[in-house]
Amino acid sequence: MPPLLEISDLTIGYGWQLPPSVVAVRGVSLTVARDEIVGIAGESGCGKTTLALAASGLLDPPGRVLSGSVSYQGTDLASLSADELRHLHLTEISMVFQASMNVLNPIMRIRDQFHDAMAAHGVHSSEEAREQAEETFDLVKIPRRFFDAYPHQLSGGMRQRAVIALAIVLRPKLLFLDEPTTALDVVVQRSILQSLDELRHELGFGIVFITHDLSLLIEIADRIAIMYAGAVVEEASARELYDRPCHPYTTALMSCFPPLGGPHQRLEGIPGQPPDLRNPSTGCSFAPRCPKMIAGTCETVDPPTVRRGADHRVVCHLYGEKAADHG
Amino acid sequence: MNWRALRHNRRAVAGALIFALFCLVALLAPEIVPYSPSDINFTPLLHPSASHLLGTTENGEDILSQLIWGARASLFVGLVSGVLISLIQLVTGVFAGYVGGVLDMAAVGVTNVFLVLPQIPLLIILAAYLQGGGLLMLIGVITITGWAWGAKVLRSQAIALRDRPFVQAARVTGESRSHIVSAHIVPNMLGIMVSNFFSASLYAILAEAGLEFIGLGNINDITWGTMLYWAQQGDAILLGDWVWLLVPGLCLALLGTSLGLLNFAVDEIANPRLRRD
Amino acid sequence: MVSTLGLPVETNEGSSPALEVRGLTKNYSVGRIGRKKVVRALSEVSLSVAKGEVLSLVGESGSGKTTFARAIAFLERPTEGEIFVGGRALPRRPSRHRLRDHRRQVQMIFQDPYSSLDPLHSVRYSVARPLRSFGLVPRHAEREAVVELLDQVGLVPAEDFLFRYPYELSGGQRQRVGIARALAAQPSLILADEPTSMLDVSIRLSMMNLLLDLQRSRSLSLVFITHDLGAAYYLSDRIAIMYAGRIQEIGPASEVMGEPKHPYTQLLRRAAPSPENERQQGAQFEAAGDPPDLTSLPPGCPFAPRCPFVNSRCRETLPELNEVGAAHRVRCVLYD
Repeated sequence: MPPLLEISDLTIGYGWQLPPSVVAVRGVSLTVARDEIVGIAGESGCGKTTLALAASGLLDPPGRVLSGSVSYQGTDLASLSADELRHLHLTEISMVFQASMNVLNPIMRIRDQFHDAMAAHGVHSSEEAREQAEETFDLVKIPRRFFDAYPHQLSGGMRQRAVIALAIVLRPKLLFLDEPTTALDVVVQRSILQSLDELRHELGFGIVFITHDLSLLIEIADRIAIMYAGAVVEEASARELYDRPCHPYTTALMSCFPPLGGPHQRLEGIPGQPPDLRNPSTGCSFAPRCPKMIAGTCETVDPPTVRRGADHRVVCHLYGEKAADHG
Repeated sequence: MNWRALRHNRRAVAGALIFALFCLVALLAPEIVPYSPSDINFTPLLHPSASHLLGTTENGEDILSQLIWGARASLFVGLVSGVLISLIQLVTGVFAGYVGGVLDMAAVGVTNVFLVLPQIPLLIILAAYLQGGGLLMLIGVITITGWAWGAKVLRSQAIALRDRPFVQAARVTGESRSHIVSAHIVPNMLGIMVSNFFSASLYAILAEAGLEFIGLGNINDITWGTMLYWAQQGDAILLGDWVWLLVPGLCLALLGTSLGLLNFAVDEIANPRLRRD
Repeated sequence: MVSTLGLPVETNEGSSPALEVRGLTKNYSVGRIGRKKVVRALSEVSLSVAKGEVLSLVGESGSGKTTFARAIAFLERPTEGEIFVGGRALPRRPSRHRLRDHRRQVQMIFQDPYSSLDPLHSVRYSVARPLRSFGLVPRHAEREAVVELLDQVGLVPAEDFLFRYPYELSGGQRQRVGIARALAAQPSLILADEPTSMLDVSIRLSMMNLLLDLQRSRSLSLVFITHDLGAAYYLSDRIAIMYAGRIQEIGPASEVMGEPKHPYTQLLRRAAPSPENERQQGAQFEAAGDPPDLTSLPPGCPFAPRCPFVNSRCRETLPELNEVGAAHRVRCVLYD
């Protein structure tokens, strides 16, 4: 059985001419199995949102897939017509964007927005739609009385839950979440994530969770891919990544989250800034900021992909053949 | 101001050229008029000819001379009204909006009163009441009826800016109110304010011409509006004297268009994000 | 020696706390005529910040922490209460002169680096303005003073940054300019309103380290407002937890985080992402109830509707802030 989602060597660029002015995603490969939560961690500009847009078939010009493919349950998305792709949305693949509690139309009642979305995908009877939607409301823990309300009558957390409800009302099999809880309080965030986890077990769908909050991902994801400057630099199960991080960026990123207790220690962030994707450099893009950079190699030669265990891969010279020369 | 972007924006260039042309004509009018515009010694109702490029009026005046002279009035009324309206809007809209409190409440009250009064009827009534007054009367009447809407717009913009963090930061770093308005609020609203100025000027030019066309204002002044009035009185259409009727209207339209074009281009230019070299 | 507010105070006499607040209350009136409601954003907040101390104010949106900062910075007039900066009381309606004095002492750093600098003015202008409005440096020495400030916040080479505009700077750089601007006034107290929450994760730490270094080198007092517990613990000497406009717990950082006493603090602690928590599978997270409605707060403890330890006493009477340790106070009947 083919995996739920398979991204193969995907490269995406932005720009109206060829070659495009910015390459936002370079050669990314990722697989999502059924009922799995895959986390993508990275900072602004690393390409994670672009990747999600392309993988859910929502990438619009000037963004373009330059090479590679995305397959949903074995079907290449590029082979689908616009209509078929449109049909996939909400029924099979759904996406929740960042701060999407602002995505709800403020002058329409929530129930009308649900009706619109569901009618566009074949559920025309309003009783049926209402029943299904209200059931979904129960699942995401919103009191049913808010179904007839206007968005401004709900709090931010409730609105985000409503948007999640809209994303899953037609029971898709794959859900993309792009920073779904960043704009929310930590308590609300925690309870929404808990609800999502319960839903996943109950309904059975895969989740791709995109965020900059690596400590959150380690708690909730099954597998995590770390992205930097458009490429995946490390990928492993959450446990493995936490116990044995390999890539210097991963280690640095993990130490950017000050702990909630313990001895007071000075931590350093990562010096410098993320690279400008309009002027791509040769070699490893993290080299200028890397504390373990191997002079003469890292800045010029593209780092190899190395397997470090059953499901742990890292793209770094430290673990390649060259590492042997430097001890 | 970003002069480079100005040069490259075709609408701005077109609008500016046309406007500049009218300004030039208005300034140089005494030099370039072929005859005195009020000279009634020519044969009336002549068709365009070599000595009278646009013909003559019913009273024997040279139309081209009147046309050139008329530019002065339109520009004068347009620009002065625009400036006066903008000043009123600055106080009642921007300053009151920023300062808030009782001053703002009073300003809003006054603005609302003027908004409720129907603009064109009020314009006509006031002009009729002050019958016979010349350009200055018209400027007064136009200013009184033309400031309220823009003030409303500027006020809401000022209020939005007031809550922006950089304005609050200016307060925290000890800036005085007037400094904040002049250095932070107004520059960040400059696009809208300049746009309001152009709209007000356009309104003024058309209102002046309209009032003169219906005989209000001083019909002995030489302006495009009074030309239209006299053309109408002289049954220009019936007599086939379409030039007399057409050219003042055409000038009004062109001048108005140039202001409209400049208006379109202004906002793009007031933005320093375009200052990339 | 301990002050009336339970805070250990330096023993040299005549050294007043950098900030002292008593009974600070701020209410807003919302709604149309006839349907007016009162939003109780801050209710009777009392605390003090010693010279050179870092206090974090932790809470979620609606807790009153931003309102607190705005009241201290006098961007809003408090409804009730007293504010003392360096021992001097700030009058309810200060004169222009007195307000200027106050502003010189109390500066603020804002949350959004993308809107806390005027987009139409250069970096030099934004940093020089406080120098000018407070008359701190003669004109001819202004440029030098700005360069030095930019240097201290890590924008080097400073001369390169003088004539840049905000749109040319990254979020982190803009925030540093904001810090330089706040420092220009040579304040004794800085209020930092979530200065790192809109920055990239890898930059947050260097920003926090910068604040710490500056604070230590100048003996500044810092009130750091955040919803991020980890940041609060990293930076501060003391932490105050706010809920529904009141302080629920206040004490040394290690105690408040290590052994949180107030049920709300415990809830926050559990809710915060922490890899050490591992996979809390099966661990049910109860966060029943909604955030408090500041227009209709219950008579007793505002957290009662959501508290797992609630009893009838909590619902009826608002508990006082009681001592549970050295300089550690909690507002909860469990500790009465």
